[in-house]
Amino acid sequence: MPNIGVSISLLVIFGGLAWLLIRSISGREVDRRIIFVFIFVAVAAPLLFPITFQEKATSIVRDLFDRIEELPEGSHVLISFDFDPAMAPEVQPMANAISRHCLDKGHRVIFMSLWATGQSLMTTTLTNVILPEFPEKVDGRDYVNIGFKAGNEGVLNVIVSDFKKMFPTNVNGVPLDSMEIFEGIESCADLDFIVALGGGRPGPKEWVLFVGDPADVPIGVGVAAVVAPQLYPYYPQQVIGILGGIKGAAEYESELTHRRERFADMETPGLHMMGPQTLAHLVIMSFIIIGNIAFFRKKRSGSDSR
Amino acid sequence: MKRLVPLTITFIVGFVLIFSVFLPPAEGLDQTFTLYFDIIAVFAFFLGGGNLMRVHINKLRRQKKDWGFSVVTIAGFLFMLAAGLFKIGNPGDIATAVDTQGSLFKTVFDYVINPLQSTMYSLLAFFVASASYRAFRAKNREATLLLIAAFVILLGRTPFGMMVTGWIPDSFSIFQIPNLAIWIMNSPNLAGQRAIIIGIGLGVISMSLRLILGVERSYLGDDNA
Repeated sequence: MPNIGVSISLLVIFGGLAWLLIRSISGREVDRRIIFVFIFVAVAAPLLFPITFQEKATSIVRDLFDRIEELPEGSHVLISFDFDPAMAPEVQPMANAISRHCLDKGHRVIFMSLWATGQSLMTTTLTNVILPEFPEKVDGRDYVNIGFKAGNEGVLNVIVSDFKKMFPTNVNGVPLDSMEIFEGIESCADLDFIVALGGGRPGPKEWVLFVGDPADVPIGVGVAAVVAPQLYPYYPQQVIGILGGIKGAAEYESELTHRRERFADMETPGLHMMGPQTLAHLVIMSFIIIGNIAFFRKKRSGSDSR
Repeated sequence: MKRLVPLTITFIVGFVLIFSVFLPPAEGLDQTFTLYFDIIAVFAFFLGGGNLMRVHINKLRRQKKDWGFSVVTIAGFLFMLAAGLFKIGNPGDIATAVDTQGSLFKTVFDYVINPLQSTMYSLLAFFVASASYRAFRAKNREATLLLIAAFVILLGRTPFGMMVTGWIPDSFSIFQIPNLAIWIMNSPNLAGQRAIIIGIGLGVISMSLRLILGVERSYLGDDNA
């Protein structure tokens, strides 16, 4: 019965907002606790009774998708998990979708992290996506997890010219020299594409400054929504494409499900989370309108009394 | 001596790293220094861990305000340290990754750290909504522009934006809200961001020179500044 749930939720939210609007017209401000309740309902209702929307990829997302699509089979792609659990709800769906896409295209994927928390999130992607969905792929030949290394930009400064100086082994202590995936890969300059996922420092921006530009390697980025505006100056010359927040993840998932038949029925957390995001945005916009009505009402009554 | 040694180290390291970019004989020195940094960072981890324990044990001993939180901090720190160091519950051998699926470390990460951090971050939604209600008011021309931009971006980040303006013909597609949101990000936002980046870059150069030349000494601590 999801539709009834959605209808009741929408009725409660927008009925409540209409009531607040009437109160505002009579000049009364809204208590912040009421705003909190509305946001809670707006986020929780679409999670309990899912609302799904059709997403169409914008050019900035499609550019990244197309680049991975156009790379020849067997290309070396590095995916860096530079984020923590706070950003994971936005960035992990991107990580999962891009990992799926790369492996399905037959690219060889190197997973690494500049954040200590990134390594565990990488393990989550490997366990929940790669191992069950790509049982034919071999660790060390088709993909490898080289884990986290402390040192922030310093790590990038080294791997831009020598990978093994900073990462002599993978996370399980297996030397990189013994792996098929690292044949012909000495440094980041030998990679075909880099996907930097994150939102803090070090993150996508550092990848552009320390690796993308000096080694002339194309970079695509996926970031938390609040960080996306900071990456626009690098697009499209230094950054091929940007996935910004859950919307970016949803657009990428939409491209993947539509353009690659194998993923038509895959899990799409990004698309599912667009329901709560849409409703929450609408509620915030309604509160902005209500706030302005109260403001102008107060201003008018002030000038009238004078 | 207490001031001279760190100032000399900063001066030498700073100039060596600058030269390594511009002078071919010094090329590669920046990478060597990065590896040194990693070694020093290991000791910093010990220092950080030791300091954390010292501060909280002191708080506990003196029964200072909120000493209960210190118990949680110490217990959490020691628990995760033991889980990681001894790889408790790790299905592989001692050489396998600390966060292998099934290990105690990974379990605690998945079921404690992950939801706690996500919860803290998600609280932002509540404060953003409350702040938007109070701050986005058309008080003057600039505030009105900000308000309109916020509206377009908020709508543009949802499928609702296309639903509302999808009827606009392709020849005027710039007026479709998602495209308008992209224009705001690609033009006014980009111009502002570039100005900020250039400003930060110039600031970093001047601050670095002040540090290398010993003009800026606040990093030495209050006594030596």
